[in-house]
Amino acid sequence: MTSPLLQVRDLRTYFATDRGEARAVDGISFEVLEGETVALVGESGCGKSVTALSILRLLPEPPGRLLAGSSVQLRGEELTSAAESRLREVRGGEISMIFQEPMTSLNPVFTIGQQVSEAIREHEAMSTGPGERGPAAAKRVAIEWLDRVGIPDPEHRYGYYPHQLSGGMRQRVMIAMALSTRPSLLIADEPTTALDVTVQSQILELLASLQTELGTAVLLITHDLGVVAQVADRVLVMYAGQIVEEASVEALFRAPEHPYTEGLLQAVPDLEERRERLAEIPGNVPRATAWPTGCRFKPRCPYAWSRCRDVPDLLRSGRAEQSAARCWLVDEPERRRSGSGFGPGSPDGRREEVGES
Amino acid sequence: MLSRARRERGRETWRRFSRHRQAILGLALIVLLTGTALLAPALAPYDPDAQTDIVATRYQAPSVSHPMGTDRFGRDIFSRVLYGARISLSIGFLAILIAITLGTAIGAIAGFFGGRLDTVLMRGVDLVLSFPRLVLLVVLVALFEPSIALVTLVLGLTGWMGVSRIVRGQVLTVREMEFVTAARVLGFGRTRILARHVLPNVLTPVIVAATLGIGNTILAEAALSFLGLGVQPPTASWGNMVASGRDAMLDAWWITTFPGLAIVFTVMAFNLVGDGLRDALDPRRVS
Repeated sequence: MTSPLLQVRDLRTYFATDRGEARAVDGISFEVLEGETVALVGESGCGKSVTALSILRLLPEPPGRLLAGSSVQLRGEELTSAAESRLREVRGGEISMIFQEPMTSLNPVFTIGQQVSEAIREHEAMSTGPGERGPAAAKRVAIEWLDRVGIPDPEHRYGYYPHQLSGGMRQRVMIAMALSTRPSLLIADEPTTALDVTVQSQILELLASLQTELGTAVLLITHDLGVVAQVADRVLVMYAGQIVEEASVEALFRAPEHPYTEGLLQAVPDLEERRERLAEIPGNVPRATAWPTGCRFKPRCPYAWSRCRDVPDLLRSGRAEQSAARCWLVDEPERRRSGSGFGPGSPDGRREEVGES
Repeated sequence: MLSRARRERGRETWRRFSRHRQAILGLALIVLLTGTALLAPALAPYDPDAQTDIVATRYQAPSVSHPMGTDRFGRDIFSRVLYGARISLSIGFLAILIAITLGTAIGAIAGFFGGRLDTVLMRGVDLVLSFPRLVLLVVLVALFEPSIALVTLVLGLTGWMGVSRIVRGQVLTVREMEFVTAARVLGFGRTRILARHVLPNVLTPVIVAATLGIGNTILAEAALSFLGLGVQPPTASWGNMVASGRDAMLDAWWITTFPGLAIVFTVMAFNLVGDGLRDALDPRRVS
């Protein structure tokens, strides 16, 4: 078995807030292997982005803090205790990141070419010929990269400012910047959320093809299950600061274990089936300062019973290899059949009477 | 390398600026003033400090040979106004350069690094601002031997607080933008991010503040020189020229009037250009 590229163990990131301590990321563990695509899925506020920023140690501290016992290892090298100078080498060098908003993640006062060149020069990832350095070489490499990410007429576009490009083009520039240093891991935080669906698909295809070419692993953060189905190998479902389910894409879509995953999947529109309203998960994500006791999904779960007062572990199930869910249903699957499941939401947003369907 | 896009943006700004008729007037005045100041030795009909046959030449009303008349020592006012422009403008430019540099540095550091450093620096600004500027100027200048260098330095050291507040506010906004996080993700250090990524985004209000500040600085220099604490006679500065004609104002109005007008037009010109720049550089004001 290959050793993991990234190994996160019991990561806890808490924030000091006026309402008390927010446990944004509360003990998550996962691995990313070389070259694979892992999706981290969940609703807004479940801690996905905080996880990404914690890996890169980019959270403002204070108010944020990484709890003792948290471990993030890159090829066995501990990052939580690494020196800032080493972290700066890692950022952009071994781990790059792209963001949701291609509108604001490029500096408006520099041309896109200057920004790509700067990233290249900073990490001296001169992929062409040994001993070549300096602005001219960086510019040439930058133009190559702009070409590679599908920017038409890259030599001309090199001198464009971000505001002269569309959202999709800007995201391509971001990808060029992120990958031009040839990182082994790319963290993509909702990379297509702000884009049109057609553009979204193009960007995902671009990412996938570059990933194959460069052998980069991708940690894809998203709330969009369609995106997950399109590109991911493995999925981590996050809820209330914890990973509640872990499975391969096939297993997850075929047979979700955790009621939360089940709810998410049922909330996706299906072209085959005509429904008046989509099923919805009742209620809202609880606040990170006051997670429910016991199972954190209990207040919104249609199957909840007395055992859910105890915190469930990530339980391995026999259904699929390497899948696990933080739910007692794994132990007692017969309860799923007797439960009511997720009903369609009513127009006023409250749940309809259960039991009729 | 001047890219095409940058040229286009420059053209767009110029187009908006040039529609501002008063700003163009101000710019023309500044060009004229700077030109005459630079060419003063060639343009001035007389030596500005020369005194010959005082009794015969003093207090002459404006005429063809002395377009702005002569003062009580018989010196040609027109020549002195031209030479005074060199003093006033260079003090204005240099002092504002000091003020802008200091203000930008302090404001940017306070805004970017935040926390206790921000509190300390900004309370420092409040402290300095709580003194009336003229009083501060008078005290500082009075402590030392008056000289042009001292006046410039003191004007610079008392003029940076407004700029630092503006810059801090801008930096607070810009540092939260995603491209700053993106720069950190690329492994750039904090100082570099501040200098290379954040500061270029806050320059617009600084340029405007600098232009508007030059007018104020020239006015403050004139006030100091008027009080006898600034540029010392016989070196001509508009402020000390106005002061020297004070006693004879009713009999020889031209001694105070022409340098006074020079001050008024210069300050006005810089303010007009500042207003025009503010409108032209602000993308939200596209009409």
